[in-house]
Amino acid sequence: MATEGVQHVALSLTDHLPVLVVLIPFLAAPLVVLIGRNRLAWPLAFIAAIGSFVVSAQLLMQVGDGDVLSYHLGGWAPPLGIEYRVDAANAFVLLIISAIATVLLPYTRASIRAELPERHIALFYALFLLAFSGLLGVAVTGDAFNLFVFLEISSLSTYVLIALGAYKDKRALTTAFNYLVMGTIGATFYVIGIGFLYMATGTLNMADLAERIADAQGNRTIHAGFAFVVVGIGLKVAIYPLHLWLPNAYTYAPSAVSAFLAATATKVAVYVLMRFMFSVFQPGYTYEAAILHLIILPLAILGMFAGSFIAIFQNDFKKMLAYSSIAQIGYMLLGIGLLSETGLTAAIIHLFNHAITKATLFMVVGAYVLRSGGSFYANLEGMGRIMPWTSAAAVVGGLSLIGVPGTAGFISKWILVQAALESGAWWIALLVVASSLLAVIYVWRGVEVVFLKPPQDDVDRREAPLTMIVPIWIMAAACVYFGLATDVTLSAAQAAAEGLFAGPLPLTVEH
Amino acid sequence: MDQFTLPFIIGHLNYWLFTLLMMTGLYIVVAKGNLVKKIVGLNMFQTSVFMLYISMGKVTGGTAPIFPIDMQIDPDVVYSNPLPHVLILTAIVVGIATTALGLALIVRIREEYHTIEEGLIQKIELEKATREIREFGEVMGGGE
Repeated sequence: MATEGVQHVALSLTDHLPVLVVLIPFLAAPLVVLIGRNRLAWPLAFIAAIGSFVVSAQLLMQVGDGDVLSYHLGGWAPPLGIEYRVDAANAFVLLIISAIATVLLPYTRASIRAELPERHIALFYALFLLAFSGLLGVAVTGDAFNLFVFLEISSLSTYVLIALGAYKDKRALTTAFNYLVMGTIGATFYVIGIGFLYMATGTLNMADLAERIADAQGNRTIHAGFAFVVVGIGLKVAIYPLHLWLPNAYTYAPSAVSAFLAATATKVAVYVLMRFMFSVFQPGYTYEAAILHLIILPLAILGMFAGSFIAIFQNDFKKMLAYSSIAQIGYMLLGIGLLSETGLTAAIIHLFNHAITKATLFMVVGAYVLRSGGSFYANLEGMGRIMPWTSAAAVVGGLSLIGVPGTAGFISKWILVQAALESGAWWIALLVVASSLLAVIYVWRGVEVVFLKPPQDDVDRREAPLTMIVPIWIMAAACVYFGLATDVTLSAAQAAAEGLFAGPLPLTVEH
Repeated sequence: MDQFTLPFIIGHLNYWLFTLLMMTGLYIVVAKGNLVKKIVGLNMFQTSVFMLYISMGKVTGGTAPIFPIDMQIDPDVVYSNPLPHVLILTAIVVGIATTALGLALIVRIREEYHTIEEGLIQKIELEKATREIREFGEVMGGGE
């Protein structure tokens, strides 16, 4: 009996991959709490992350040639049932999230132990897994309302993760509270938007929505729904004027949390924005084209410059990185706003490249914080001599952030410039280059402090532990590798962009 | 503007109230300095969405979408749309979780700051930031 059951599961396991990728960390989270032992929490979380990583790598291979996987939750056929839908775009996002989590988890051991009290360590891993599975769920689902539920699972756990920074700085609490208020407003806007879309179309399945929206050009309820969705997700993306929650959240959260959020949370929100703008609503949708050109594009450019400019004047390394994130999100939005396949490819590839770049840099800051006790530039003086390995990775990350040839950041900016030139907007290409020059300034300020100043007397004069160095260098090596071997990421991003740009995919189910 | 007739306005009463409730909630979140009041506003804002969904699920003349116990379904009976109700059940759970977490954060904020007024908290944070700039700003040639 038992063997029969096992066999049955083993046979159909590959069919269940789309749901497994979410379920593994989602079930591991309560397990970590129930076991409640700090020593077991980390291995469990790590195994769950590896599990998700393996599954999403499998998924990406399966959809690599343009296939679309459709998984019916509980056997209920869409559009009535909830559908998990994996295509090249979200398989790529799934892989990014799970890869970052897998590399980051070993790093959290030393970092979290230093920044959190002993009794919270197991709970930290439970929250981390919840946030992780929420983000994966957002990426994998093909149901607009289900997306909201996953968005809230990840957001609620993120608020707590940020508030955990209160053991170092009490401002983490007010930051988490502000993020909670703004995040909830954003999520509620999204629900209102989905409500309007449901009112006009009577469906929540994304593929089904796309079909019906295409038939209902000019419906004002749908226009309102679109506006609400874009603003709601825009808050999560941190589009320039809606970015107010981001700088403090990244600054005061525990270092490992900052690295995880900066690399994944906003990226997933950008993916949702792309999904709605190119799959659910089509680029041909006239109302959307106007919004993209008149609102998203100017705000993206404004964000590029404002974020970089403010980053220059920070005296805290972490806060500088946070503002630079706002600028980098501007590049992704610019790619979306250009409304071409090349632009979308640039956005997707920058999503990946920026994720690894920012993960490297935030992890480096975490290592500095571990040894010097703070992330102010004053704390980091001369760390280049004390922690040569960590600081070398910081330089690699910084170069990738600027977009120097040979690093990942260069590839995405190159394609972005190409996309701008392709659409005849040479001035946008110039602006991309100009804002990169601002990045040179803020990265140089960091390098100057770390390498050219003498170290302070009261710092711990040791290199970071190996559990931190290895993840940092895996990420830093990825920054270089994907800057040289571009065909892997480029073909994945192109396939994803093609998939998104192809418009609505037919519902895979026979009606 | 001839569609704004009296029957139209009265017929959409739910939606007017939804808009009113939603804007009231949003206004409280923005305008009130007390953190608990902000959470109350946020709650109103979220609850207004429940009203929107429930309203759109209503089918004129429809009854509760429950089949009779003997499963003898009368084809003449009109049922309301149950799907929005189900969605809102989920949204209620999310709302409760958000409120609970918000209130828990307020408790922690009060422990650390000894106040839950936004203005006072900002003053404390500004002082802290000024101190930091004085202490750490010199490195960058900034300082005061």
